[in-house]
Amino acid sequence: MSEEPVIKAENLVKWFPVRMGFLSSFFTRRELFVKAVDGISFNVNRGEIYGLAGESGSGKTTTGRLILKLAELTSGKITFKDEDITNYSDAKMKPLRGKMQIVFQDPYESLNPRMTVTDILSEPLRVQGIGNETEIKEKVNKILEDIQLVPPEEFLQRYPHELSGGQRQRVATGRAFVLSPEFVVADEPVSMLDVSIRADILNLMISLVEKYNASILYITHDLALARHMCDKMGIMYLGKMMEQGVTEKVIYEPLHPYTHALISAVPVPDPTMKRSDVVIKGEIPSPIAPPSGCRFHTRCPIAQFPVCKEKEPPLVDHGDGHLAACHMIGTAIWKKDLSK
Amino acid sequence: MPTLEVQDLVTHYSIMRGSVKAVDGVSFQVEKGEALGLAGESGCGKTTAALSILRLLPSNGKIVGGHILFRNMDLATLSINDMRKIRWNAIAIVFQGAMNALNPVYKVGDQIVEAILTHEPSTNKSEAEKRVAKLLEMVGVDPTRAGNYPHEFSGGMRQRALIAMSLACNPELVIADEPGTALDVIVQAQVLKLLRELKSKLNLSMILITHDLSIIAETCEKTVIMYAGKVAEYGDVVGIFKEPLHPYTQGLSKAFPSIKAARTRMASIPGSPPDLLDPPSGCRFRPRCSYAMDICKTDEPAIIEASKGHFVACHLVG
Repeated sequence: MSEEPVIKAENLVKWFPVRMGFLSSFFTRRELFVKAVDGISFNVNRGEIYGLAGESGSGKTTTGRLILKLAELTSGKITFKDEDITNYSDAKMKPLRGKMQIVFQDPYESLNPRMTVTDILSEPLRVQGIGNETEIKEKVNKILEDIQLVPPEEFLQRYPHELSGGQRQRVATGRAFVLSPEFVVADEPVSMLDVSIRADILNLMISLVEKYNASILYITHDLALARHMCDKMGIMYLGKMMEQGVTEKVIYEPLHPYTHALISAVPVPDPTMKRSDVVIKGEIPSPIAPPSGCRFHTRCPIAQFPVCKEKEPPLVDHGDGHLAACHMIGTAIWKKDLSK
Repeated sequence: MPTLEVQDLVTHYSIMRGSVKAVDGVSFQVEKGEALGLAGESGCGKTTAALSILRLLPSNGKIVGGHILFRNMDLATLSINDMRKIRWNAIAIVFQGAMNALNPVYKVGDQIVEAILTHEPSTNKSEAEKRVAKLLEMVGVDPTRAGNYPHEFSGGMRQRALIAMSLACNPELVIADEPGTALDVIVQAQVLKLLRELKSKLNLSMILITHDLSIIAETCEKTVIMYAGKVAEYGDVVGIFKEPLHPYTQGLSKAFPSIKAARTRMASIPGSPPDLLDPPSGCRFRPRCSYAMDICKTDEPAIIEASKGHFVACHLVG
């Protein structure tokens, strides 16, 4: 695979101000922020599926929205194919929108119930001013074949309520791919669907990626699915990147104790496989006042004090582009923890 | 004698267009201290089967046939007053959606106290409060948090509080409806571990409703795989996961990627579940089954014991 970055995200930061009441603003000097994304960097190469995983509240969805400029950056830099789009206005973004698309999580809410499948699939083309009526018709028919809603005539005039969940998500995927995008953000595209049809949607996405030579930023909390989908992965926790690298490395040879905990929490569909009953404690802390030092230290089974509490670990390359941010990597206690 | 025996349960919902055969001839047994997993896609009838056991069906739902045997009584035909004595004291439920199952305007502790006082009128309030503290401790929530409102609890804590509430009157059987969904993986693992621990500590019988086969593999001894209101396969977890006999179970297990096993292309089951107003003739899985034969169209497969403790309803077997 060529290492040609389609998206370069450098040090993305997004702080949402916390809205305070009129009175409480008198008592609190300091303005409070939700540090949703706090210094994230990664590249997505052409033809690659990059997975962003983590618990809810880790900032993965916000990262996806920042890259598409659906949310304004606090600081950082986004490059789309050598073009610095960090400070692009909406008007300047519009021609690029055809190249950068998104598939939302819930196909029951992301499709307008008053629009037919034809309307939904042709709207992006009309907005971008691509083609005349005959060409639009051709493109819509072609994308319906791509998303395997065949014969097209049977689906063209249907409304979303006349489609099953899986078919809706196909339409949502088709809407993203009808403009032949080079980069698509897929935000938990199958979490609302039944298990028996999830594989279909994911396989469809893989085949569209191959067909259009597009790249996907796949946002998920399901590591088992992520491993099947993604070439590379990033593990996020409280707005920070904890670990990133090639999927096989991250899943089979995790370096960070958080990644390790996430993987061992995934249930395995094999009753004879006895999973260790070690589960890390607690839940993800508030991103308004994240823990000092390493953000994971409050839940980390191997954190050592004071270093983990005081010093934020840098994201270090441990070989072959496998990065992790942890002070303890390589120490005896770390080796012991990972062998569990 | 099993703790609970469901025989040929049939539950219908009547709607404008007719009656939805949500559960259509389901049988299973739950032994003492055993966890049974009810699995299947949305709309397969797993929640309806569970609600039938407690007789908590919505007003348009009705048990039309079958027996639910528990302590030498048939819950399917028990009077409402007698049923009230069963609920919570003998069979409790952890409702789906920890986020919404608690009342937002009452303190968590008070809601558990209410459950105790309703079902054990002889208990006084201070005794009940003491018991709440013990229950919360048992599920791993700091008892001093009993005075908090649900919005002050995290998702995992709310789920734990609901589990505590279900155990308030020492039930023999606990039904947990999707206890892991809507929680993050790590919190989900914590909650499932808690359920496993409570089960062995209190020798509870459990029915776990979930769409996630991996959760069943880790938590249950037996499983019922449901499809379109029918039992497709039923039996010992190890046997069913090792050698799934029904094409639906086989399809489901292929649709489930394991993080441990080799990376393969995932396969899904073509099509979608049928309309239960007018289910297909013969085997209900036939339209999606790649092995369907002529007989599958005309005859409904009976459930047979393929090997010891492993039941399946498919013409291909036997």
